[in-house]
Amino acid sequence: MAQILSPLPGTFYRSASPDQPPYKADGDAVSAGDVIGLIEVMKSFHEVRAETAGTNIRFIADNEDPIMAGAPIADLD
Amino acid sequence: MLKKLLVANRGEIAVRIIRAAQDLGIATVAVYSAADAESLHVQLADEAVNIGPPAAKKSYLNVEAILKAARDTGCDSVHPGYGFLAENAAFSDAVTGAALVFVGPSGDAIRMMGDKVSARSAAAAAGVPVVPGSAGRVEGLEAGHEVLTATGFPVMIKAAAGGGGRGIRIANSLAEFEQAFPQAEAEALAAFGDGGLYMEKVIGKARHIEVQVLADGSDAIHCYERECSLQRRRQKVWEEAPSRALSDRLREELCASAVALAKAVKYSGAGTVEYLYDDEADRFYFIEMNTRIQVEHPVTEAITGIDLVAEMLRIAGGEKLRIRQSDVSVKGHAIEVRLNAEDPAKEFAPFPGQVAELRIPGGPGVRFDSMLYQGYQVPPFYDSLLAKLIVHAETREAAIVRLIRALNELKIGGLKTTKPLFLALAADPAMRAGDVHTRWLEGWLIENAAALAG
Repeated sequence: MAQILSPLPGTFYRSASPDQPPYKADGDAVSAGDVIGLIEVMKSFHEVRAETAGTNIRFIADNEDPIMAGAPIADLD
Repeated sequence: MLKKLLVANRGEIAVRIIRAAQDLGIATVAVYSAADAESLHVQLADEAVNIGPPAAKKSYLNVEAILKAARDTGCDSVHPGYGFLAENAAFSDAVTGAALVFVGPSGDAIRMMGDKVSARSAAAAAGVPVVPGSAGRVEGLEAGHEVLTATGFPVMIKAAAGGGGRGIRIANSLAEFEQAFPQAEAEALAAFGDGGLYMEKVIGKARHIEVQVLADGSDAIHCYERECSLQRRRQKVWEEAPSRALSDRLREELCASAVALAKAVKYSGAGTVEYLYDDEADRFYFIEMNTRIQVEHPVTEAITGIDLVAEMLRIAGGEKLRIRQSDVSVKGHAIEVRLNAEDPAKEFAPFPGQVAELRIPGGPGVRFDSMLYQGYQVPPFYDSLLAKLIVHAETREAAIVRLIRALNELKIGGLKTTKPLFLALAADPAMRAGDVHTRWLEGWLIENAAALAG
């Protein structure tokens, strides 16, 4: 099992904009480099990418959650 | 006079408003999100109310929570500051509807100036020069062709409901125009729910010059102009008053036009009428009116000696304008720089964190508006403005020397800030000569990237 950690402090978003579907749904497989969410820091947006491939992603952070740098965003098998 | 004011904002502007209210003997209530419990505005206000979680949508943009806080604490008035709900007409209406005083103009005035087409029409009707273009909305491609005779190329196609640089297309030829117009229409409809478009000539090299006005609903005065030509991604970074580019004759003409507009729309409170100034043609054109106090208001306060926020509070409390136009005069030159929590060496990446060390500049002609204190944790959820350093001196040259002195005194440890940018700009010959326009800084940043990285 691996964890994806937040690289930055800010607000976490699961989709590119409110009217778009989430980048990944719970249970999806993930390839290294896939975008799994966005972190908004002081009004600028930064993509969060998976560093390693995995299956069955399970999000710990909810959409629009405040998040600290180093906090877990999701678990991967 | 107002008795108890709720400050519906955070950061340096909340601190600024609390100070003005306390100077007038008005009690203050701060509101804060869960991320701002330790912030300076909460410490300085007489009372403070938690209005929700960190996300602005759930706290500083939460109209219900703000109105409830005002009711629960017995406030008689609300100051919106800038950003957040400051130019939200529905918020102004809701505050008034709750039998509270909104420190700013009516919802109708905010709506009129917020719609770019109606603002442009109001300005033209008041005799204010507008950028050559359509009189109102352009109804279809055929009507667009007629407007082209006034604008020529390049021409801007803008969304009536747009703003902040969104919903703008530029066409350089008839072929491009015929392609871009329907696209802009569809885009505006999708983005703003309103496909209305208007057209304006593209003004090449221009300065951004804006006039501060104060009005009480019937009378209006101006407090001269500010120049804010130094912008990065349409955000101002360095502002001055007065503008060195204007002749005395044109300055009077410009400021009189802003007063005419404020009077024509029966404006109340503090407002800013923004213009583009074309050096070569020696002409100015109305762009928009901002119906709030602006970030850069202190440079006007420095050269005129007027406390703009205090005047806003007096007007909102029902007083008539106390200052006559003949009492307003310009003394010296002022410069403001915006110290943001951004790393200029890394393309201005945001840099939230803890203020490990703080040394605030002082001495003659120096003002530092900020919410910082040693140990303060800068939250990542809001904009990156940490402080405004304002210097005032007899001349522009002396103000730049004083700016360098004050920047060298300033130390904000533990964070990356835009201070190195301002030291580099203050040493630049074109900057020293004031030879700039609204797109100058972006070119300068590319040419000086190596120096900023070092």
